[in-house]
Amino acid sequence: MSPRLVRSEDDATGRRPDTPLEIRVDGDAMAGVQGQTIAGVLLAGGLQAWREGPSGAPRGVFCGIGVCFDCLVTVNGERDVRACRRRAHDGDVVTTQSRAQEAR
Amino acid sequence: MSRHVVVIGAGPAGLGAAAAALRAGARVTLVDSAEQPGGQYHRMLPGAYDAAHPGRLHHGWDEFDRTRRHVLAHRRCDWWPESAVWALDRLDDRPPRVHVVRGPADGAGRERHVLDPDALILAPGAHDRVLPFPGWDLPGVFTAGAAQALAKGERLVIGDRVVIAGSGPFLLPVAASLLEAGSAVLEVLEANTAATVARGWGSRPWQLASQSGKAAELAEYTALLARHRVPYRTGRTVIEARGDGRAEEVVTARLRADWSVVPGTERTVAVDAVCVSHGFTPQLELPVAAGCAIDGFVRVNDDQLTTAPGVYAAGEITGIAGAPAARTEGLLAGWLAAGGEPGAPEIRRLRRRRDQGRAFAARLASAHPIGDGWTSWLSPGTTICRCEETSYGALCAAAGSGRSVRLETRAGLGPCQARICGPTVAELLARRGIQTTPHNRPIAQPLRLGELAYPTRKESAR
Repeated sequence: MSPRLVRSEDDATGRRPDTPLEIRVDGDAMAGVQGQTIAGVLLAGGLQAWREGPSGAPRGVFCGIGVCFDCLVTVNGERDVRACRRRAHDGDVVTTQSRAQEAR
Repeated sequence: MSRHVVVIGAGPAGLGAAAAALRAGARVTLVDSAEQPGGQYHRMLPGAYDAAHPGRLHHGWDEFDRTRRHVLAHRRCDWWPESAVWALDRLDDRPPRVHVVRGPADGAGRERHVLDPDALILAPGAHDRVLPFPGWDLPGVFTAGAAQALAKGERLVIGDRVVIAGSGPFLLPVAASLLEAGSAVLEVLEANTAATVARGWGSRPWQLASQSGKAAELAEYTALLARHRVPYRTGRTVIEARGDGRAEEVVTARLRADWSVVPGTERTVAVDAVCVSHGFTPQLELPVAAGCAIDGFVRVNDDQLTTAPGVYAAGEITGIAGAPAARTEGLLAGWLAAGGEPGAPEIRRLRRRRDQGRAFAARLASAHPIGDGWTSWLSPGTTICRCEETSYGALCAAAGSGRSVRLETRAGLGPCQARICGPTVAELLARRGIQTTPHNRPIAQPLRLGELAYPTRKESAR
């Protein structure tokens, strides 16, 4: 199994029914829920890793609170956005980043 | 004209500081990088979730909620969410000038602001310290704080078969969050032996925990683990994560008291996620920038005042003792920074509670130390610096070469600027006789060059 969003009908916090949103990730549509971070949308959408280190090693979420910079993505043309700290908005265009390409 | 107190960080310490400073009559600017107050401990759900019962995920929610509403609505309080402090300019004999950008995290075109406070309170908190092990850089290995932030902050569960490992009481609430969300927690592994933990806490640990407001919370977690039949094992840890592009299994092993691996005790466990935390690292970039004396943590006097003029510190940057102790330090710092009467009876009570918090921090540190033997689970190929993928072998070779380790291996020079590997690299080099200084980050938070070019808004008009 992969990371998953607790279903709103099972959620002890009594959150209201989800308001869907859709982002584009490297051109493909990915569904999310309003309130999620971009990291949350990516993880719940089945991606564990979306960035590459210098050797091409996969990176996703590690610290989850904006400290490790593993989860960096490009959002609507802005590079190096920490996905765990940026709220997702409907229509966001997310492009993944690779440091392996930088090095070449 | 009342004093202007700037508080950086709106977790338990910062929120407490703001409340007390307001009570003492000051004008307060409360700055936090998140959209909502609470910090990591009371990380709130997004407004869009419109949760009817947010308190069900929290301890001490009602008090937090009352304080939060009171502070944010106060007419003398300016609440600056989504605001990153990127630099502090030291000035002679007065608190530093505070440079802030306001807007969505890492966004382009955030607004620049400058604050010139009469007193500055630093309460940025701490983050997980994770020791490297083979495979710790595989996706699916998370810090315990990440698992907690995602579960509390947006109801995302990192996996359904999870091993939690490391050291300290923080492993328990992480297990509780995952269980609450319906995941299977396979085991919780405390690396220290039962003897170390027992000796560290000493006699009457429950009394100490109750003084620092932690007893009920800890008892609840212990009961929860028992109810779900989750084994809590001491003297064992995760020494390796393996998988094809993601963590699919972990190897755990028994540890001696010094955390060296006992050969032949390895076990392999299939998982879909791993959570690790070996303790906490204080976020020191702002205290370093302010010129505060630091000995692992920020040094403060009986008034929570640092060695930098007009700069107070509260919460986990002065020592790790949990949220109630952080709040107490914040209350004290806020009152005194605002010029409140230092001898007031309730302040004497706060000082006593703060001292109990410090005693709790000392016991916590001695019950859950990091043993020197942890390097026994490293192999030459183990990644030490996640950003630059510097291996243990490369780091050792560079340490023996006499040349600059940082330049030679780039360890600590990647995007995270040594926030993750810094303490580990410093420790590994110290064992080879190389002393390093704490990382000074003149730019405390990332900023875009374009943002520097925009004009600065002078201290916010109210």
